[in-house]
Amino acid sequence: MYTQGLNEQTGRPVAAEATEDEARLRAFQARIDAEEKIEPKDWMPDAYRQTLIRQISQHAHSEIVGMLPEGNWITRAPSLMRKSILIAKVQDEGGHGAYLYSAAETLGVSRAELIDQLLSGRAKYSSIFNYPTLSWADVGAIGWLVDGAAIMNQIPLCRCSYGPYARAMIRICKEESFHQRQGYDIMLKLARGTAAQRRMAQDALDRWWWPSLMMFGPPDAASMHTAHSVRWKIKRFTNDELRQKFVDFTVPQAKFLGLNVPDPALRWDAEAGMHRYGEIDWTEFNQVLKGHGPCNRERLAERRAAHEDGRWVREAAAAHAAKHGARAAA
Amino acid sequence: MNAAIAVPPPDARVRYLLRLADTSLVLGQRLGEWIGHAPAIEEDLGLANTALDLMGLARLLLAYAGELEGRGRDEDALAFLREEPEYLNATLAEQPNGDFGDTIVRQYLLDAYRLELLERLAGSADGRLAAIAAKAAKEARYHVRYSGGWLVRLGDGTAESHARVQGSLERLWPLTRELFDADEIDRAMAEAGIAPDLGEVATAWSRRVDATLREATLARPKDTPYLWYGKQGRHSEHLGYLLADLQYLQRAHPGASW
Repeated sequence: MYTQGLNEQTGRPVAAEATEDEARLRAFQARIDAEEKIEPKDWMPDAYRQTLIRQISQHAHSEIVGMLPEGNWITRAPSLMRKSILIAKVQDEGGHGAYLYSAAETLGVSRAELIDQLLSGRAKYSSIFNYPTLSWADVGAIGWLVDGAAIMNQIPLCRCSYGPYARAMIRICKEESFHQRQGYDIMLKLARGTAAQRRMAQDALDRWWWPSLMMFGPPDAASMHTAHSVRWKIKRFTNDELRQKFVDFTVPQAKFLGLNVPDPALRWDAEAGMHRYGEIDWTEFNQVLKGHGPCNRERLAERRAAHEDGRWVREAAAAHAAKHGARAAA
Repeated sequence: MNAAIAVPPPDARVRYLLRLADTSLVLGQRLGEWIGHAPAIEEDLGLANTALDLMGLARLLLAYAGELEGRGRDEDALAFLREEPEYLNATLAEQPNGDFGDTIVRQYLLDAYRLELLERLAGSADGRLAAIAAKAAKEARYHVRYSGGWLVRLGDGTAESHARVQGSLERLWPLTRELFDADEIDRAMAEAGIAPDLGEVATAWSRRVDATLREATLARPKDTPYLWYGKQGRHSEHLGYLLADLQYLQRAHPGASW
């Protein structure tokens, strides 16, 4: 996942690039237009740096918070194979978080600072993880829908103009697409299972469908960062374009499962060659983003508790390393 | 192996395999509880790695035990549909995670035991068990490096971490006795050349643990009389809750496939 929150301004307003040296800016834009990668030591406008720090760190935070809703089912996974797959998946998310924090660090910000922003509630993460996982089918639905939406968002990021981010995304996308197939496989098994399992699958789709569509962020007309990000080739498609792609891709998969997409307005527009879908409840989206979703408090509280409970451990490791270093130097 | 040696009854072999499998499964299940809550991302990843290896080993052993038993039970039937007294894991494995220090002590004591045991099982007269153990011994070398590394950091870290982890060691130490207290099944397996002599494992374990404790500046607790019989199906109170989580979906939806 998970770049949706970046449409929400969180930090200070990015510095107006008008103050930057005009010639350097032009040269920078020329490199971007020529599809060259920008590397950490290259000159870049401050606004470009700030946009990337915000986007990459939000993505990293989303991976880390995203470990919680799925981790919720590790101990209760219904077979040893499913349990192993789920552990590996949640572990992948932790890995994504770790290397995204590293990518952000190349822009001159530390992981500790970024984690502090998350724990203090100043940083955003994808609001999808503020919804609860109530049944095993939710693990399937997250893989299928949430990771599916993430892939739509992220494949274009593999060509992002900032080198370290683009390279991190190539690996992440490979793993996400694996997760997506695993999620779909869970849904398939449920959809072909007992009546109770089919109900479980339908209920999960009912609850995850709309939040998944919201993952692409506000409609283009209301999106604050799209124009800049598109010009800098951080973003290559608009929120609505990606959302449409996702709907067109996912609706036939739901049909194959024999499940109903919970949108009475959903229909195939043969002339336009695309699905038309109903109105998204942006009030809900904004509420969840502002901290009033079903699990916002719990998720942050859990992350804070893990961080606090681990403090003595991190201090011990640092103390031991310092002693060890002192001994080695002696 | 000597041909004159009595072949143990299949039931004893199945029970021996279940001891190994259940210890691996229960310990992996406990580590699974940590993922997303560890002191740092690297530790989420490290604990998940060990959990995955333990699950993998449990699956191989359960599948083998099921075949040997010949009652048509596969790895999931054995994992999800046996009750507490039928679980034969070491009692130490089922102890709650506690804080990170408790988890590391539990893990290190068991990793050191598992490594010494698995290296010897790699030479088992049972070819299939030997192959499984050879693969698992390689993994256990990493596990013991991870948990041993942390034990040293915590023991030799701050005054707080030292005191905490010494406390964990005192609490969990009494549960190690069971690992080396050979009963009828252990003896039958050793006589048949299927498993090593537990006395030998105990000596090697003790040497390894003492070296790590020295490096960690921790004191080895005094031995206490043997009280735990998890490997015979008599457990602490903790296993029931662990199994309730583990088995919930299979119990709630009998016969469903996932």
